[in-house]
This record gives sequence, structure tokens and C-alpha cells, in this order.
Amino acid sequence: MKKQQLTIIITSVITTIIVIVGFILLMPIIGPRYMHPMMMGEQSVPNSLDTSTSRLSDDGLYQVSWSSDSDVPPLNKIHSWTLRLETADGKPVEGAEILVDGGMPQHGHGLPTSPEVTEDLGGGDYRVEGMKFQMPGYWEVRFNINANGQSDSITFNLILE
Amino acid sequence: MKRALLFLGGILLTAAVIAWWAVTSQSSWSEAEKATLRGLWIGSLPALPPDPSNAFADNPQAAAFGHKLFFDSRFSSNGEISCASCHQPELMFTDGLPLAEGIGTTTRKTMTIIGMAYSPWQFWDGRKDSQWAQVLGPLENAVEHGGTRTQYARLIDEFYRDEYESIFGVLPDFSDFERFPASAAPVDDPAARAAWEAMTQDDRAAVTQVYVNMGKAVAAYERLIVPAPSRFDQYVEALLNEDKKSMRTALNADEVAGLRLFIDRAQCINCHNGPLFTNNDFHNTGVPTAQGLEPDNGRASGVLQVIKDEFNCLSQWSDAGEADCVELRFITSEGEQLEGAFKPSTLLNIVEMAPYMHAGQYVTLEEVLLHYNHPPIAPVGHTELEPLGLTEKERSQVVAFLRTLSGGVTASAELLQAPK
Repeated sequence: MKKQQLTIIITSVITTIIVIVGFILLMPIIGPRYMHPMMMGEQSVPNSLDTSTSRLSDDGLYQVSWSSDSDVPPLNKIHSWTLRLETADGKPVEGAEILVDGGMPQHGHGLPTSPEVTEDLGGGDYRVEGMKFQMPGYWEVRFNINANGQSDSITFNLILE
Repeated sequence: MKRALLFLGGILLTAAVIAWWAVTSQSSWSEAEKATLRGLWIGSLPALPPDPSNAFADNPQAAAFGHKLFFDSRFSSNGEISCASCHQPELMFTDGLPLAEGIGTTTRKTMTIIGMAYSPWQFWDGRKDSQWAQVLGPLENAVEHGGTRTQYARLIDEFYRDEYESIFGVLPDFSDFERFPASAAPVDDPAARAAWEAMTQDDRAAVTQVYVNMGKAVAAYERLIVPAPSRFDQYVEALLNEDKKSMRTALNADEVAGLRLFIDRAQCINCHNGPLFTNNDFHNTGVPTAQGLEPDNGRASGVLQVIKDEFNCLSQWSDAGEADCVELRFITSEGEQLEGAFKPSTLLNIVEMAPYMHAGQYVTLEEVLLHYNHPPIAPVGHTELEPLGLTEKERSQVVAFLRTLSGGVTASAELLQAPK
């Protein structure tokens, strides 16, 4: 009985040593990222981030949607967007004054360019020129909308690959 | 005893599985990572973008003429400085110096011209918005070529009249020294400036037209200098073809580890993205002021200069219509993010382009990595960097990766030396 106990103790000690030594040996391969994701210092994108391209404005006045002149907004290339503006019940809003703004919330900087709405295309569509993103990651694009004496704003979220 | 052996075996098996997983996860790439690598691959470099501001950009005759001008040191105040004095083909069109040296010493490091046709902005601060407008900066800068446009117009008349006229049409007669002084230009030198201001508007325009055409010819030549595939590009190509053997030939384990850090924890890819390994935008990385120089606010002044530049995209000398000048029209002209911001250098051929940063502050890539690992407080504005926490080994892996980015240029040997 005593001999058996001793064997078990020795076995567990050896096993523990193997696990610890193996762990230490594997450390440089595995690297700290699997051990402590918090050590990485990288802020991840909020999990529940709404990246839809059509949303109701902050105060619920407008349904706003955007599309880029290429399938997805390109990296490092100046391009245009079309912004579609409707009332909450789906009627196009024409003649609105719209200001564009944006940036990378996790990097604390704005857009590299200063885009502007350059044309009211009619039927609630507006041409936004000068859009550009020069870094991959999480971007915000804000529109401040002023139409028929009422103003509202909307922030779109984008993840650029 | 048997149970204990079984237990031990299980532990060993688990350890082996963990080890296998750790090793394979090092050498395999997720789909998202593959997409990132594809974005850095030279195969993703689009065709040379047109330069609507330069009607001669893709004119082979203009490029041949520009090639001659690029290497011609007569276009300087002392007859000794050409574009190639600082943009030396054998040093990847840089000069190996911390600060460019022409007639005097500048306050910035020479940038390469490789792949610059893809950049909407030229110089570290983007104070020019086309290659041809860039060419015209150093030519009249007192510490670079140090000459003037009337001097240059006369040199064209003397040495290149026929070639010039076959491309650009009639070259005016500049022989009258009363109308066209030997040295006149809108420069800082008071005598040359006074001489320039004394000229009639038409005469000034005639001279400036020749000067602009010189820039457009040199730009037509410079557009031909684009990067060639590197070992990294071979690696990505092999990866996309799922050719494991060629992947191993292209990059070793340390270089692959460096690449992984580059696109992930080291965050290099935030700014050094795309197949030229630069986003050609402007970022404050808090590089210390070089010894003996004034603090440099970079893009904050560059943006003001390009807006009022006499040769910008919207100027009378540009061949572009307003619709072609979107970068200039929608430029961000103010804001804290411009303070102390500089264009990220392309990392292609970076080993050959030492020293590093806008005033050659760092001699080696190891020093550059140390800077990014422990970013100092910015001398101007605020740094965008955060500490990386890379170990010495990891930093050396990133450097090892950077050394794989040297593929040189695609241009023929004739284009890389003075024309015969």
C-alpha cells in the first residue's frame, strides 16, 4: 500500500514537472498573445458594432443609407459615396444641407480628407465627394443633416479590411 | 502503476498536440490574414495611374528627354548637381545621407522616387501634388540645385532645343538678356526675385512654360521607376497557390514570424499598407527632432504650401480639369492630426535606403524598431504610437522580414544610369 502511494506521488510530481517544463519550452512559440490577450494593448472593435449601411438617424427623423461608388470602400483611394435620405416613413428628402465628418475612434484621428456633399442628385440622393480611408480597421462616418428647418445626425460604422 | 503510465501517456499526448498546434498555427494563415497579405502583395499593385495634370506623362519621347534632364548636372547654380546627385539609382534613388546635400544641406532626408507615381502627395510633408510639380521644387531651391528658371530655359535653348521642340512645340527666343535676365525666378534670393519681378507677365509666362515642361518630362521618366517583386512577393504568390515548398524557399521561419508581427501586434500595417507598404498619407510618429534642426511640423505646413503652390493640380500650368483634382479639392487643411505628421516611407527596398525617418534620425532598422516599441513624447503635436511590448527577438524578426522586401525596380539597366 505504501509503495503504491509512493508511485502515485512520484508519477504526479513527474507529470507536473513535464507539464511545467513543456509549458515553459512552448512559451516562445506560443507567445504572450494566447496567454494574456489583455497584454496586447490592442483595443478590439466593440462586439455589438452596428455596421449596417442603412440606419435611422439619432433623433429618428430620417432613414439614411449610403453606398460607395465601388462595391466596398477601398483603402487609400479617394472615392465618392451616394447618400440616400428619406423621412422615417420612407419619403425622399430633397434640398437638405449635409455636413460630413468622421474618423477612427480607436486612433483618435479624423478622416484624411474633408469630404463634402457636392450635388443634390434629386429623389433624396446626394453625392458625397472626397471620401478616403487610409488605415484598415474601425471607422466612423458622421453626417449632420439639416432639412426643412429640422436637423439630425447619423453615425455609420465601417470595418475596413 | 498501469494507471499512472496511462495518465502519463495522456499528458504527453496532450503536450504533443499543443506543440503541434502551436507550430502549425505559426506557419498557417487564416483567410483574413491571407486577404491582408494579398493586399501587401505586388500583384495587387494596380496599373500605373494616369496623371491628368501632366499631358506628357505617358509620352515616351518626353520620358527619354526627362531621363537626360534627370542626370544633367548643368541644371544647377554650380554645374555639379543633378536630380541623380541625391536620387542615386544604385541606392534605390536615395543618397545614404541623413539630410540631402545639394548646393547646401537641406532639413530633410532624400525620399526615393520608386513607385511615387502612385502617390497623390510628394515630399515628406506632401507640399506638392504631382511628380512634375515635385521636380520643380529642388531645381529652384537655394540649397538643392540652386538655379533659376531663366537660367534653365537658356540651357534648354542651348543644349536641347530640337528635342524640346519635337515634344512641346516652339521654344521661344530667350536671347535678349534685357527681357530675360540670366538669373531670374520667384525665389528667396533678392537679386533673382527682383529681376523676375521686373520682367513682363508674358515673358515670365514664356519662361515658366518651359520650366513646367521640364518638370513634366522628368516626371514622365520617373513614372517608369516602379518596384519589382521581392522575396516577400514570392512568398505570397506561393501562399495563394498553396505551394508550401516555394513558401519555405521564399521566407525562413524568422522572416515569417516577422511578417506575422508586422500585420498584427507590431501594427506596422496601420500605415505601411498596400503593395507599396505606405498609405501615402501623413502620420505623427513622434520622431525626435534631428540634432541641429528646428522642430519640424511636417504636414501642417506642407498642406498650406500645396494649396497655394503655383504648380498644383488646379493651377494654370496643370493639364487637369477640376474634376481630376479631387485630392486637392477635398484636402484636410487644418487640425491637430497634421502637426508633426510625415508621409510613411515605402518599405520596399528599405534596407538599401538607410538612414531612416524624415531627417535620417535612425541609422539602422533596429533603432527604428526600438522607437516604435517605446515611442517617445512627440517634439511637435501628439504621437499616434502606443508601446508595442515586442521582445528583442520579436524586433529582430520584424527587421528580418523588412529585409525580404528588396526587389529593386523593374526598369531596364539603361534607365538606371545616365543616358549615353
